[in-house]
Amino acid sequence: MAEQIKNFLYLNRRAPYGTIYAWESLEVVLIGAAFDQKVSLAFLDDGVFQIVKGQDTKGVEMKNFSPTYSALGDYDVNQLYVERESLEERGLSIDDLMHLTWEDEDEDWAEKDSIRVVSRAELARIIEQQDVVFSF
Amino acid sequence: MKFAIQVNEGPYQHQATDSAYLFTRAALEKGHEIFRVFFYHDGVGNGTRLTTPPQDDRHIVNRWADLAEKHDLDLVVCVAAAQRRGMVDDGEAERNGKDATNIHPKFRISGLGQLIEAAVQSDRLVVFGD
Amino acid sequence: MSELHTVNKSPFEKSSFDSCMEHALEGSAVLLYEDGVYAAIKGSAAEGKVKMAQGVKFYALGPDLRARGLSDERVTDGIEIVDYAGFVDLAAEHDKVVAWV
Repeated sequence: MAEQIKNFLYLNRRAPYGTIYAWESLEVVLIGAAFDQKVSLAFLDDGVFQIVKGQDTKGVEMKNFSPTYSALGDYDVNQLYVERESLEERGLSIDDLMHLTWEDEDEDWAEKDSIRVVSRAELARIIEQQDVVFSF
Repeated sequence: MKFAIQVNEGPYQHQATDSAYLFTRAALEKGHEIFRVFFYHDGVGNGTRLTTPPQDDRHIVNRWADLAEKHDLDLVVCVAAAQRRGMVDDGEAERNGKDATNIHPKFRISGLGQLIEAAVQSDRLVVFGD
Repeated sequence: MSELHTVNKSPFEKSSFDSCMEHALEGSAVLLYEDGVYAAIKGSAAEGKVKMAQGVKFYALGPDLRARGLSDERVTDGIEIVDYAGFVDLAAEHDKVVAWV
């Protein structure tokens, strides 16, 4: 069988720490990055809280996994869609999010933003274009 | 058609595993292929052979196992999620110095790559969760 | 590509149904199952959203309706009731399944 390349979208709709879904979902993304599929992540609803900057988990004695999002670029995971309406509904803006970047090998390792803020309507179209959607 | 099934919740606590089972059984009855059932998050609890529900209730673990026996299903429990939640097979017991195992013989513990592979190889991924 | 969206949460407890409604495009289908079937109740606050969704086909899982004491007559007009075999058919007929868990 010919090597199949599929469009994978990870649908992140949950906040971190309250439940383990966000963290274990990220573990799938990291493992999945080795499979040479076209991968993107969508952050909508409470999922936008996953990538808020300044997370400090010392007081709750849980692992702070937010630095892992910064490493995604090294795994060639650099299509992170954040839904504008979800941010606004939660009183957030792009400035509240971690600055996530990747280095473009084709452009002399130029640093580029991984996050793209998209409207709800745009995200609906992005979901439509996928072959596989993972939900956790 | 080839289906991959992902189960995110444990047995009894949430209906997700019941829905996943009934969907899988219906798909098999219609002649579809189930490439793999992958148990993740608390879903790994579907694979413990120590489950003992009251007699008048369904036995969720045995029900999966019986379906696997009949249709040669690949029931895979995620190793990372399993380790956190105390799901152990012979290999894991040896590696981690545990004095017992609890995996049902019809299930196997393996890596997250099995979920990705299932999604690549199947025509549809169907996720059952909370 | 056509999508089958699945919703298994009560619209009165969680935002999954609302979120699904906001992302379901014309030509897609929505299957309500588990506690998601509460969104299928005629005369409920969810009915308007079902009726407003242009070009979206709605289904509800019969076994979940009956388990919750909801007879077919209680279901919003236009929502088709299916069994697990019907769920499988819907998953096969659409290009992918999007779970709003």
